Amino acid sequence: MAKITYITHNDEKHTIEVQNGLTVMEGAVQNDIPGIDADCGGGMACATCHVYVKDDWFNKIPKKEDGEDDMLDMAFEPKTNSRLSCQIIVSDELDGLEVNIPSKQA
Amino acid sequence: MIKTDALIIGAGPTGLFTAHQLNLIGLSCEVVDNLDKIGGQCIELYPDKPIYDIPAVPECTGEQLTNNLINQLKPFDIKFHLNQRVEEVKRDNENWIVKTNSGTIFLTPNVIIAGGVGSFEPRKFSPKECEKFENKSLFYSVKDKKIFEGKTVAIFGGGDSALDWAVELSKKSKVNLIHRRDEFRGAEATVSKMHALVKEGKINLFTKYQMTSVKGNGQLESIDIKNDENEIKNIKTDYALGFFGLIMQLGPIANWGLNLNKKTIEVDTEKFETNQNGIYAVGDICNYPGKLKLILSGFHEGALAARACFKLARPNEKYRFEFTTTSTNLLKRLGKKE
Repeated sequence: MAKITYITHNDEKHTIEVQNGLTVMEGAVQNDIPGIDADCGGGMACATCHVYVKDDWFNKIPKKEDGEDDMLDMAFEPKTNSRLSCQIIVSDELDGLEVNIPSKQA
Repeated sequence: MIKTDALIIGAGPTGLFTAHQLNLIGLSCEVVDNLDKIGGQCIELYPDKPIYDIPAVPECTGEQLTNNLINQLKPFDIKFHLNQRVEEVKRDNENWIVKTNSGTIFLTPNVIIAGGVGSFEPRKFSPKECEKFENKSLFYSVKDKKIFEGKTVAIFGGGDSALDWAVELSKKSKVNLIHRRDEFRGAEATVSKMHALVKEGKINLFTKYQMTSVKGNGQLESIDIKNDENEIKNIKTDYALGFFGLIMQLGPIANWGLNLNKKTIEVDTEKFETNQNGIYAVGDICNYPGKLKLILSGFHEGALAARACFKLARPNEKYRFEFTTTSTNLLKRLGKKE
């Protein structure tokens, strides 16, 4: 279990306990966090679950695998700390993670 | 006006198998899709990615699955209307009148929405003011490459479309290629060709840059691009091309008076009918308690929706359940018996 804070583009904070094994995207979708669309359902095929990971966390969480950066090319305003939230799997180590949601997904 | 027993919106795997089920029970159908090819997400998003959870198919790619489904439709005569988006669905007594953006009109008692997450549209540049230049000096696809001759073109993106057009247009235009990182995901050969043209001075390459604003009065004059270190460059340009792939948009479906839940349509689990009599939703776009967004669920939903269509298409006949292994009727339709 990890407490994850989703920060929307207008600075609303939603802190939610997400079960281990779920993805950061699923934690958002199951709790109706606005701004994470996840059109493809977690298949790394759409880039609509794009988030910015706070810098201190970015280097701590498991690295991007093949293909994620290719999808991020298509995301709305990607930055160096961009990730697809469907590719971040929740574990105890992620307790306290904060992610920022872009102003839109497409 | 085309009369048909059922109209299917969406030529993805669910739409294709639903067409099979309709024809198998003796109903005619036509299929409309906004893409220029059959296959939906399978062909547009993951043609080469293996899928492992299609029953009795241990492994296949999105493209193979699509081809198998098309093969399964061979016994039947099904008309596909590609490159068309359904704009309007209107009640007309017992029927629905369905209009596409190309002006095709259907008259049918049954409309089956197998639209996935909606229709595919190009992803656009982030700055809002880009809309003003869209289809005049800013494009998301190339229809007539002649307009770029002798002009300066800014091409954005890192995939095959961006690279192919950068290489092609560099023959007769001044090309600036802009991409948000150093790596390109296009075919290796094209990436090498592009780099060679950069060395020859035929293409100007800006990596780790993204567009921040566009300037111009009616016609595009210049664009601002910014890198990760927040340095801004202004580039004079006559045209801008963006190749960021496609995104799915629910589009006009939202205006048809259906009960929507986020981007999905509420249905019952007996007929997969929506709140409108004779309009069904199957596959990823439908929603009901326990819904799984799997291709196999779409097949099941389509099979049941097809049976429900029978009632409205043949009000004076009774539907009789039959197996393809034993029914002479079905085997005749499949072309296996005279």
